[in-house]
Amino acid sequence: MKYKSQKVAYWFFALSMLLIVLQLTYGFIQAFAHLGYDGLHEWIPFNTSMAVHKNLLVVWILSGFMGAAYYIIPDETETELVGVKWAYVQLVTLAIVGVVAVVGFHFNWWEGRKFLEIPRPLDYFVVANVLLFLGLILATLWKAKKRTTTAMILSVGLLAAALLYLPGMIFFDNQATDSFFRWWVVHLWVEGVWELIMGGILAYLLIKLTGVDREVIEKWLYVIVGLTFLSGILGTGHHYYYTGTPRYWLLIGGIFSALEPLAFMGMALFAMTMYNKGQKRHPNKLAINWTLGTAIVSFAGAGLLGLAHTLPGVNLYTHGTFVTAMHGHLAFWGAYGMLVFAFITYSLPLMTGRKIYNNAIGRYAFWLSLLGMLGMVAAFAAMGVTQVTLERRFGVAFMDAQEELKPHLWVLVINASIFSTGILLYIWNFIKYGIPKDDVIGMTEEFQSI
Amino acid sequence: MLSKKQALLFFLGGTILFSIIFIGLSIDTVVNGIPKHTHEENLTAEVVAGKKIWDQNNCMGCHTLMGEGAYYAPELTKVYDRLGPDVIRSILMSKEPWQPHGRKMVAYGFSEKEANNVIAFLKWVGEIDLNGFPAPPPHKDKLK
Repeated sequence: MKYKSQKVAYWFFALSMLLIVLQLTYGFIQAFAHLGYDGLHEWIPFNTSMAVHKNLLVVWILSGFMGAAYYIIPDETETELVGVKWAYVQLVTLAIVGVVAVVGFHFNWWEGRKFLEIPRPLDYFVVANVLLFLGLILATLWKAKKRTTTAMILSVGLLAAALLYLPGMIFFDNQATDSFFRWWVVHLWVEGVWELIMGGILAYLLIKLTGVDREVIEKWLYVIVGLTFLSGILGTGHHYYYTGTPRYWLLIGGIFSALEPLAFMGMALFAMTMYNKGQKRHPNKLAINWTLGTAIVSFAGAGLLGLAHTLPGVNLYTHGTFVTAMHGHLAFWGAYGMLVFAFITYSLPLMTGRKIYNNAIGRYAFWLSLLGMLGMVAAFAAMGVTQVTLERRFGVAFMDAQEELKPHLWVLVINASIFSTGILLYIWNFIKYGIPKDDVIGMTEEFQSI
Repeated sequence: MLSKKQALLFFLGGTILFSIIFIGLSIDTVVNGIPKHTHEENLTAEVVAGKKIWDQNNCMGCHTLMGEGAYYAPELTKVYDRLGPDVIRSILMSKEPWQPHGRKMVAYGFSEKEANNVIAFLKWVGEIDLNGFPAPPPHKDKLK
């Protein structure tokens, strides 16, 4: 770690670890409710566990992105972060807003719009919090003499993500208009500007881990984020097939969302090519695993499984079924979950001075979480196909079809347990690193030549 | 070979071009498309009040509407046709959890007026032109 202010990243990562445990807990509550074990119904009805599960996901990933930005920006711009104390204020207020939102969900205090359930008064706090975060990042960039492509792409992504939160805060009387702008936030985040953030973080990790020339990596970064927007912006159309919007979205959404896997394929090829091209090997093998992992799994989850149900003729029957959950789980985990884990794995030894680069716990954490998630996705796929076949193709009533999903739900629970074991092992390692130390400030990284 | 500057131009050019197209289509959708598809002239005060109840109670946290939401409880786009207003009203006003096959819904115990607002909202949603969604099950007859 070169700069003292980078330490603040650690606490954002710690918040992410805490929130992911809560997210998994609520995921299990949901799975058991589906199986008929809903003893918590009175206190945690399904719509509460759903809102908590989804919003904690968004908050822990954003917290991970923010931590990564606080670590990357000082390093890339070669200057201390502006207003470090405010970064800690931002951390604490982010945690408070998150806790208040989650508690509120248990008392019917929400907006009831998928992914954007946080009620309006809290939205203003979210905006204030994100403005503070952006203010610190942009002020640091402004003050710095050096501005790299990686730092700029990351910052533009973060700025755009903040701006895109705003259309989700407008109330519309018409459900179709409401839904239309809800996707401006959700789709243009996860299939747009979050990919920009992902590209920025991935490029930084590849520069650090492979030793490939920055100019080469950043050139391809432009190409990948270019492909992302080329396909992803009009790809929003795949949410506008059957929601009260004009028919031309069937054509536009179909064509452009079919191109969306290209950006993720680019990301995967980018990471693997740079890794193979690299003349140096960073000793942090776990970080290399997670970095290549996020690039490859995002292609499978976001790219291929997205393609599996994005064409209008297929989506007519799969829209609003567990097929979406299949795609959603591997996409979020591969593209954003594993990316945050990659960054934490890379940066923790540098912040704490404890060189846990390739221990057994870390390897088990990687493989169990990956295999567990793939098993969960297989279970969701079986549930989705069964549901589509029975309900949408043969007209079986909803609850009759749901009864047929139960065997697959047990497979889901078993695999979710394997996944959670991986996550808990990862957190065990996280605790083993200890907290950041001042005596490692200014220490450089060791590479091995190959 | 592609230079870094050309790569930057590809990124900026593509992003700007497709953003402009997207914003243009969005304006057309919001100004012309949605009002026509949703029969906006039928968007009464009751429908809007029903939508607010729908949002405030996070009905989307269990159900889907126009295929959007969660997969714990039935799709409600055509529920007005499927169950009719009387059954829906009794479910919404019930003080005991409605539980088909043992899967519980929150017992909201709405007033008759609130329930009627939600019904007006669901009836209005059922009349939206959704480009063919939900599709009639093609093999429904084979089951018999």
